[in-house]
Amino acid sequence: MGGVLSYFSAFFGTKEKRILILGLDGAGKTTILYKLQVGEVVTTIPTIGFNVETLMYKNLKFQVWDLGGQTSIRPYWRCYYSNTDAIIYVVDSMDRDRIGISKQELFSMLEEDELRKSTLVVFANKQDIEGAMTVSEVANALGLAGIKHKYQIFKTSAIKGEGLNEAMEWLATAMTQTK
Amino acid sequence: MPMHAVELLGQRNGAGLVFNNNLKNAHASTRQKEEEEGGGNPYHHLEKSAVLQEARSFNETPINPRRCGHILTKVLYLINQGEQLGSMEATEAFFAMTKLFQSKDATLRRLVYLGIKEMSTIAQDVIIVTSSLMKDMTGKEDQFRGPAIRALCSITDHTMLQSIERYMKQAIVDKVHAVSSAALVSSLHLSNASKGSQEVVKRWVNEAQEAVSSDNLLVQYHALGLLYHIRKHDKLAVNKLVMKFSKHSLKSPYAYCLLIRIASKLLDEEEAGTNSPLFDFIENCLRNKNEIVIYEAAHAIVNLRHTSAKELTPAVSVLQLFCSSPKPTLRFAAVRTLNKVAMKHPAAVTACNLDLESLITDTNRSIATLAITTLLKTGSESSVDRLMKQISSFMSEISDEFKIVVVQAIQSLCMKFPRKHNVMMNFLSSILRDEGGFEYKKAIVDSIITIIEENAEAKEAGLAHLCEFIEDCEHTVLATRILHLLGSEGPRTPTPSKYIRFIYNRVILENPAVRAAAVTALAKFGAHCDELLPSCSVLLERCLLDSDDEVRDRATFYVSVLKQKQKSLNLAYILNGLQVSVVGLERALHHYTLEPSDHAFDMKSVPLATQPLVDQKAGREARDMNVSKPAEKVAQSRQDVFAEQLHAVPEFANLGNLFKSSSLPVELTESETEYVVQCVKHTFANYVVFQFDCTNTLNDQVLENVTVYMDPPDGFEVLKYIPCPSLPYNKAGTTYTLVHLPEDPTQVSGSFSCTLKFLVKDCDPNTGEPDEDGYDDEYVLEDVDLTVADHVQRVMKPNFGASWEDVGPENELEDTYALSRMKSVEEAVKTIMTAMGLQPCERSDKVPEGKNSHTLFLAGIFRGGHDVLVRSKLAMTDDGINMQLTCRSTDPHVAEIFATAFDD
Repeated sequence: MGGVLSYFSAFFGTKEKRILILGLDGAGKTTILYKLQVGEVVTTIPTIGFNVETLMYKNLKFQVWDLGGQTSIRPYWRCYYSNTDAIIYVVDSMDRDRIGISKQELFSMLEEDELRKSTLVVFANKQDIEGAMTVSEVANALGLAGIKHKYQIFKTSAIKGEGLNEAMEWLATAMTQTK
Repeated sequence: MPMHAVELLGQRNGAGLVFNNNLKNAHASTRQKEEEEGGGNPYHHLEKSAVLQEARSFNETPINPRRCGHILTKVLYLINQGEQLGSMEATEAFFAMTKLFQSKDATLRRLVYLGIKEMSTIAQDVIIVTSSLMKDMTGKEDQFRGPAIRALCSITDHTMLQSIERYMKQAIVDKVHAVSSAALVSSLHLSNASKGSQEVVKRWVNEAQEAVSSDNLLVQYHALGLLYHIRKHDKLAVNKLVMKFSKHSLKSPYAYCLLIRIASKLLDEEEAGTNSPLFDFIENCLRNKNEIVIYEAAHAIVNLRHTSAKELTPAVSVLQLFCSSPKPTLRFAAVRTLNKVAMKHPAAVTACNLDLESLITDTNRSIATLAITTLLKTGSESSVDRLMKQISSFMSEISDEFKIVVVQAIQSLCMKFPRKHNVMMNFLSSILRDEGGFEYKKAIVDSIITIIEENAEAKEAGLAHLCEFIEDCEHTVLATRILHLLGSEGPRTPTPSKYIRFIYNRVILENPAVRAAAVTALAKFGAHCDELLPSCSVLLERCLLDSDDEVRDRATFYVSVLKQKQKSLNLAYILNGLQVSVVGLERALHHYTLEPSDHAFDMKSVPLATQPLVDQKAGREARDMNVSKPAEKVAQSRQDVFAEQLHAVPEFANLGNLFKSSSLPVELTESETEYVVQCVKHTFANYVVFQFDCTNTLNDQVLENVTVYMDPPDGFEVLKYIPCPSLPYNKAGTTYTLVHLPEDPTQVSGSFSCTLKFLVKDCDPNTGEPDEDGYDDEYVLEDVDLTVADHVQRVMKPNFGASWEDVGPENELEDTYALSRMKSVEEAVKTIMTAMGLQPCERSDKVPEGKNSHTLFLAGIFRGGHDVLVRSKLAMTDDGINMQLTCRSTDPHVAEIFATAFDD
């Protein structure tokens, strides 16, 4: 029955949720996108530009934009902000050196008017590697306490697929509540 | 809200669909109306700003693929109609378009690829779609892969190319033909785009090689194209390539055609004869199964620079077969090629005359036209009348382009059968009256003028036709040109008075440019014909109150010159025109205004214009071949450039104005020696500067303090050497030697022995860093000859007779010579012209065919500003040519120099 319902809802245009995956280069954004979409770890190369995929999660249709994180690409993030329902912000928990830059990028992004109403999920990624920062370390380093947006942080490992489900679960609930 | 209502109805029951249909119908009928207005083009009357506004809806979610596709099509349409998008608006539209990647709709995606390609050069930051395109090019959807590759390569520069290199290499050898072809062609475009990309693409040669062995016809063709492109600067490699593939037989006829083109290019470049294996390959292709290959081979043979009638025969017979093919394209190709052959080798085409005759009635007018014009070139004198009649019957049915072909054919026919000029002239004048575009009219006028120039008998009839034409001519360029011709030719016809009316009509009826030309023409009649002077003066005086400045100025000037009634004034200011270099005049005037002096501006201080050395034959051939000559610009001539360079050398500041620079540099070394030296001679009033352009071809040496030591003949004195301080490997450097000319004014020629002297420093070939110490060395060069021609500037005297009388017999010298080594009058004319370096006047450099005697008129200005005129009467005898040489000059010494130029 759910199948029939979703068929009708697609037909009459229930609005897809629009999600951006952002973060510094090498954080694992593209890997997360395809892990979520096809359930596999694909080999990736640095994203020059963006990847866009549609994925279904519990009868919800997400349109997910994975934007490249290289310094040269970051200025273009803003071109894709409008109508965004949620932001997945991916942090490389091993990259202690650049966590400060990551914080700066996060904050300047959140200042954008177009993202005022978007929900934020932070993925403290690469938790499978030994010596990675813990979730609270990452949260502190990013200064999440000072954020006005609705947000949550999860520890994830895209390679092992850990934490992704919980995060998506939360995101789905959060978004249905806002609407 | 009505739209909501529709949606609601749609959700409840089917009624909405009906309603929707009604809406659609209404929409369709309005669209139909629009179509009628826009001539069936739904994109008629698009407005850029409105379309770009619509394009913003790409940002909306969810995407409506049909609507977005429609809008994107509008954007593409606008760009292709030549609408210019600014960088800002293009970038905005581009980024909006990137949002469309979220849709999987195949049609929309392919439109997006097109959009990316179109905007890749105008929008900024187009690399943003790189990842998306890379995903598509490696994805599962085959119909996306090829177009994605093409779009990707259009946004990729050489810095980004490295990152997609691996994928490109894979794509080139992909199993899917469309993907492989797209990758190959895109690689070719990439390597044309920039030097850096070219270097990267060069590394894909192995993949391209693999693709050549593909079964697919297009892939093989494209792969061969890329392979050739990568190697095309390496002649040896190209040669190998052709030899290799000419043996292992290719599948693709297109690849064959390309190979034939490469081979024929090589043949022409190497000047290789027909015994080259390359030629054998091309000839073998005449027996290929495929028509396209056969045609390409025939076309190549016909167009080779050095083919004799014998090698043409098989090619022509293949084309002859095509003439009777049921396919119109083949017939057209064949007859078009035969038409070209007929220009160079009319005899070879005669064999096809029967086939061509049958093509005259071809339903395709283009084929018929080409058939007739080919026949005109190959036909005999007797068939001319018949063919001309046939042409007239369908002249109105063909396009201007083909009409021009016909006109050119008639022009060459007129050259061939001068006696038929009457028929042709009448034909040309009748088509001149018909409707037609500028190019067409220009071709006719050109033809009539050429015929007039070549055939004195046709002159009066031709001028009359042209007079009639300008009575109703909308093209200012043609009218002024004809008026100029009337001005120079008209006065010398038996009844010059009849042209006055036509010319004066222009003064009354035309625009300022034509009026000005007409005034000048009138003045020429007045200056040349005494009996017309009073009438011309009256007519010119009427122009004194013209509304246009230029016309008024000209009239005022001419009236006052004509009033003086002095032959020499008329000659200098009306008949001969301005003979100085325009750029030189501009510079001299500028200089004069910078340093005002009490003296009037002296025209003599302005360098003379160099007469362009036009080979008449070559010029005409170029026109026959339908090659459009680049428009002549008032650019700096070569001599003006030299003048500036010499002026920059402080040692030469006091030499005065540069009088003449020798035209072609003389090679003083073989071209493949260690040092290459060329010499250009610059003549001043009392000095000669020898300019030596040197190149050092040894990469392990740096030459310093380079001079050319000259040993002058008696009377000449070397004053100064200006050394070239340093001459590194493969960089041209210049050294000058300044020579004072002898006091004896008649001593002008001599031979100078030259030695290149320099300090050699060995150096590291890689860094170019020279050793500290060097040693002196020298290198013997070939001698440089200073000749009479170096002292004289060619000047055109439009009316040689009048100038001859004007200079007068005061300093005339005359002598008779027997030129025993000359075989023909033409040869003698050529030799005399090069030896004297003077300008032939009255078209006397052209010797009518079959004549045994001829008179050559030459004119020029000797350094120091003395006019020199030479008349050379030539007569053919059993043992060579007899020449009576008469020289006149305003200076006795100059006359002597030219009268004795043939003494040695």
